[in-house]
This record gives sequence, C-alpha cells and structure tokens, in this order.
Amino acid sequence: MPEEVNDMPFSIPREEFMEPGHTACHGCGATLAMRYVLKALGKDTVVSVPASCWAVIPGAMPNRTLNVPMVYTPFAATGASITGLRVAMDILGKEDCNVVGFAGDGGTADIGLQSLSGAMERGHNVFYIMYDNEGYMNTGVQRSGSTPYGAETTTTPVRAERNFKHQQKKVVADLMMAQGVPYVATATVAYPEDLIRKIVNAKKIAGPKFIQILSPCPTGWYFPTEKTIEISRMAVQSGMFPLYEYSNGKLRVTKPSKTISIRDYVSVQDRFMHLDEEDVSNLQSAVDQRMKNLLDRERETSGA
Amino acid sequence: MTGNEAVAMGVKLANVGFISAYPITPQTTIVEKLAEMVANREIGARYVEVESEHSAMGAVFASELAGVRSYTATSSHGLLYMHEMLHWTAGQRLPVVMSVVNRSIGPPWNIWSEQTDSMNQRDTGWMQVYCESNQEALDTILMGYKIAESKDVMLPLMSMEDAFILSHTSEPVELPSQEEADSFLPRLDLPFRIDTGNPLGYGSYSTPDGPFMELKKDMMESMKNSRQAIKKVTREFADTFGRDYSGLLEEYMMSDADYALIASGTLASTGKYVVKNLREKGLKVGLLRIRFFRPFPDRELIEAVSGLKGVGVLDRSVSFGTAGSMTNEVRAALYGKADIPVAGFIAGLGGRDVRIEDFRKMYSMIADGFSGSTYINARGGE
Amino acid sequence: MMRVPLADVSSRVNHTDSWRILRPEIDYGKCIRCMICWKFCPDNAITVSESEDIKSPNERVARLEAPVIDLDYCKGCGICANECPEDCVEMVYESRGVN
Repeated sequence: MPEEVNDMPFSIPREEFMEPGHTACHGCGATLAMRYVLKALGKDTVVSVPASCWAVIPGAMPNRTLNVPMVYTPFAATGASITGLRVAMDILGKEDCNVVGFAGDGGTADIGLQSLSGAMERGHNVFYIMYDNEGYMNTGVQRSGSTPYGAETTTTPVRAERNFKHQQKKVVADLMMAQGVPYVATATVAYPEDLIRKIVNAKKIAGPKFIQILSPCPTGWYFPTEKTIEISRMAVQSGMFPLYEYSNGKLRVTKPSKTISIRDYVSVQDRFMHLDEEDVSNLQSAVDQRMKNLLDRERETSGA
Repeated sequence: MTGNEAVAMGVKLANVGFISAYPITPQTTIVEKLAEMVANREIGARYVEVESEHSAMGAVFASELAGVRSYTATSSHGLLYMHEMLHWTAGQRLPVVMSVVNRSIGPPWNIWSEQTDSMNQRDTGWMQVYCESNQEALDTILMGYKIAESKDVMLPLMSMEDAFILSHTSEPVELPSQEEADSFLPRLDLPFRIDTGNPLGYGSYSTPDGPFMELKKDMMESMKNSRQAIKKVTREFADTFGRDYSGLLEEYMMSDADYALIASGTLASTGKYVVKNLREKGLKVGLLRIRFFRPFPDRELIEAVSGLKGVGVLDRSVSFGTAGSMTNEVRAALYGKADIPVAGFIAGLGGRDVRIEDFRKMYSMIADGFSGSTYINARGGE
Repeated sequence: MMRVPLADVSSRVNHTDSWRILRPEIDYGKCIRCMICWKFCPDNAITVSESEDIKSPNERVARLEAPVIDLDYCKGCGICANECPEDCVEMVYESRGVN
C-alpha cells in the first residue's frame, strides 16, 4: 500500500462492528450512534438492548447485525442487565470486557429510569448509552419524557386542540450529573469524532458512564431522510442539544463555532410545523435558560 | 435452623456465583444471611442489592447468560413485580433457581402465608416446587440446580416455602458437607453463554413465520423432559444423602385408601397428622402432596387416585371467577381418567389458620361425595 | 434437542437494495476522497476501494482510496449527497436506470 494511502482522511476508526443489511429506516440516526460507539469500544464488548428501535434494527431471527454479542432484554431491564453482565464478567476474569447498555429515550427517561439510576448508584464499571430520538419511534412515534417542548407526536397530535407536547424535555444526562455519576456526556451523530473521543475518555473511568446521544429520526421528526446529519448539527448550533462532558466533577460545555436560532432549528422539521411565534419564543427561552445553567455550572466546577 | 437459614445454606452449598435481590418480608432473612456469608467470606459469591425485584431478576438473567450460576429470592408483590422477567429468563432457557416465600397479595396488606403469588407464575415456564420442611427447602436448592441445568431441561426453577411457618420457624436440619454437595452438583457449564468471540444475538425477535412458535413448543417439550430429570435427580439425591422426596408427587398412607386429600406445602404436614389420627380410628384415608406444580404431576395423580372413591384438593390460593388453581388442574387431569368426585377447598388465605377440625371436616365432606368448591374456616357462610 | 432463541446469521444476507427510490452516484472526477460520505452512512453501504483505476480530479487524489457505494445495501437515504463538501454525489431516480 503506497504511503499516501495511510494518510487517508479517515477521522474515525475504520473497523466496523455493525454489518450492512440491517433493517433500520432510511437515514436512521440511532444506527449511526451504535456504529460509532462500537468503533470506539472495539471487539471485546457486550451490548444489552431493551425493547426499542435497536431491538428490531438487526432484523428478525436468525439475523444479527453486530459483530459483538447483543443481549435483548425487556423494556425496563437495561440497568439491571448490565449489572448482571458486569459482575458476571468480573467473576469470570473478563474485567476488560466493555459492558454496554444501549437504550432509547423511552427505555431510559421513562420506563428504565429506575433501573438506570440503580445501576449508576451501585457504581458498576459499565457504559449506559441513551440513544435519544426524542420519542417512542419503534412503536410509531409516541411522546416520551425526552420529547422536546413543541413536538407533535402520535399521542400529542395537533388537531382542533393544539395538543403538542407542552412540557420541556426531561434531560437524563442532567439527572445523571445531579446523581453524581462519575462520567456523563452528551454527543450527537453529526460529530462522530467528538462522540468517539468521549467514549474513549469514558473508558478511562472504572465506574459508571452515561452518554446521551441525540439521534435524529426522519420517520418520527418528519424531515427528509438526507437531513439527519444536518439536523443533528443544527440541534447543537441552536442550543437545543448542548454538547458537554462531565468528568470527575468538572463540566465542560462545547461552544458551537456557529450558532443559529431555535426558529431555524424547528423550521426544518415538520414535528414543529404548527408552532407559532409565541411557542417558538417559549422554547427559545427554555433553551437559553438551560444553556445559561450549564455555563454557570461549568464556571462553578472549573474552580475559576 | 429456620427455613430461610436452611435456604441460605443451600445456596452456599450450591456454589452460587451471583446473588441479586431486593428485600421483602418474609424473604429478607434469606438475603440477610447470604449478605452476611459474603461479608464473612464464607461464600465466594458476589451479592448485589438492586433497586427492585424486576431488576433482581434482570441482573440474575444477565449473569446466568454470561455463564455464572445465579440466585435470587423474593415473595408476594416482589414476585409479581418480577413477572415479566420470569418469562424472559425461562424463554432464554436459563437454569436459574429462585426461592419464593409464599405470601398473600394485597390489598389489604398482609404478610402471611398464601400461595397466590407463585400460582400467578404458573405459566412463566418455571418449574415449581412446594416445600414442606426446612430440610426440603435446603435440599431443593441443590436438587433444583441439578434438575434445571440438565441438558434436556434448561429451564429455571422456583422453590417455595410457606411464609413464617417455614421461613421463620426453626427445625432440625441436616447439613450436607461442601464436598458431598460438590460431588452431587457439578459446576455450571452453560453451552450458549456469552462469548465476545462469538457475536450472537441473545433473544432476538421472530416474525409469525419465524421460529417463535417452535421455541415455545420446545419449552413444553423440555418441561416434559424435566419429569425424568426430576425423578432421576431425586433418586440420586436419596442415594447420596439418604433423604427421598419421591419425585413430583408424595403419597402418604395411600396403599389401601378410599379417600384422599391433595395438598401442598406445610398444609400437607397438618394433613398427614390428621390422616394418621383418622387411620387410628379405622378410616381409610390418605394424602397426596403435590411437590411439583410445574411440571404438573398429572400421570402420577391419575395413578395415585386409581381405586379411590373420592378426593379433595386443598388450595391456599384463589383464582377469582373459578376455583382454586390446584383444584382446577387436578380436575382437568382426572377428567375422563378417574370417575370420582373431586372436591375443591379454599383455605388459609392471608395466613388464616387451617385447623385440625378443618381437615376432619374436609375428609368427611370427601367421604360424603362432595364434588363442588367451597371455603374452609371463612366467616359469613360458604 | 433443546432450542435457545439465538440469532447467528449476519444481516449481510439481507440485501436492502429494493428499499431504494433514489440512488447515489459519485462523480469521481470531482471526488476528493475525504470519506465524509463513508463516515455518515447509517447502512454501512459505502465501502473503500484501493483501485487506482477510478477516475479522479488529479494524480494525488488518484492514489487515495475511494468511496464506493454498495448497491446491495444502500437504501438511498441521501445523507452522502447532503453531506458531500464537494457536491459530487447526485441522487438519481432508480426508475431511470443505471447510467
């Protein structure tokens, strides 16, 4: 191989642990999240997946799409299953094996929150990856605790009554910080280098690690399939989904090089098409307030 | 020692590697004892206190799948909260053993003995053993793993103790030595355990045309196979330790009996006492103790009741809208196979005493040919 | 013999080409081999070719590995075309046939 070839612009590891031929929707963000997480962790990994999009993405039996073992569990069992896997792996002398829970936002923010919180509190050396597509997408786009303010879903329909979700997003990563989980980060698929770097950083901590990955969903957010990465990027630029890393008590917030307004963000997704100026300004205020809180926290924890 | 202490000793002797549990009365003294054993380095197991019973079974499911012999214990509402994970563990073919201290379901809150909790789990694919003594509770942990881990079974097993009557009451218990236990129960060798070198999907999903139905059918086959495994392991246990639990169904004074009561757990002990008394008075009565409710001992029952003039079934549980769960199953098993009346008795709910006179009454009703279902020792008529 | 619910066949056996309405076509004369399309493909449907026979904008680029769409698996989502910094991936209707 000529030397120039080694200088190829591959900015993320080349080895793949996800096979093609899976049955994810066109332009699926959650699929990219898995692809990047496994590139960061490598072969010696076990993934536990509850009921979620990822329980059907590999395809029906006998198909598998990961090149690592994947354990399917009931909806609320992610935190518990990674507990059992971690302790069993340690008993068997496989302390180096990465144990990863990989759950959607419904399985994390709602039905799995108790199990997640328990596993984090016990301090096991595990990764919990929440792939956040902001709703119950596998069951047909229903509202979850992680659905943002303003979004229309099949259970928050906008008809004669404007019954879009009127509550703000429950941000599980923020809860995990409050709980004192030693490593908490947010990431999104538009920035795979950042995502992979965070997983690699997390791996250095021999305790619980929580990473929330915003994974845009064309099917449930009602946008064209080619826009997944673009919208992922806009979520960060608009402040809808701030990227941060919280490690050993210190918070570091990524300041986007380019910023856009919430109006810019919501206008490209039909789940927000019904919002009027007042609604958008409600959302903008909540987003600004949260960003301010995060930056305050960053200053407080930086020791400056 | 108490039933719960005996169970904890059984877990120790079975070389369990992973224990996960959530406290609930009257299971607590099992897990307290195990936690103490771990703290005293008496056992090498890892003990993980989780935040719910659903998670206890979730953790045990995962550790067993990784290839580590795993154990949990619960009771009552805790068992109901676990229900989903019970199906999942059995469906993944994991030979977990769990202790259940039988306790009622509210409201109103009530912590006393009743079997409704485990009867509600009869369709989960778990084998079910109802113990009668603290000794049996200990021995069933050892036998339980051996049966569950049999290659043609590979299904989980739950072993029941009656709340307080066994769990918190002391009885003399013979302890096998660790060496004896080790030679009886080999180490777990799960053929499909997780291996990062072999990237399998565990559980997966199936379409209607996929293997779903065949997988469920195979669980039924394995339940069928478990009958032989139960008999074999019980015999082996008797040969090794000298205690014979006679397989799925225990017969007491049945050889020339005309009438019999079918019971389980400690109610069978009281029943045996009454049978002995009635025999002394010349009445030809016997007792059948259901040890295994899953697999259900239908063939054994048909054989045991042949020649009888009538039987009654004593349920310490209720299935609203029909009769007691055991009554229903006994009637179904005997239908067309034994032309005798089958009385159904519901007794002892919420720990209500089932007295000697109640047993005498039941035997007399059986002898009178009663074939309906009724309550025993309940106020406000039957 | 006892059966366990296990999935052991790679999803590679499952071709998803029939899902496609639009097909990406790379203009290799403009492609600078930045691999951004490869990086963002959710279907792992972009492979890497070492062949130097693929058209390229210049000699230096010709020596680099090139992204190649695997039409057995590409579902035609269009992320590659949307993210390409050189604007050299075009989505064309399958019904118009292969160029």
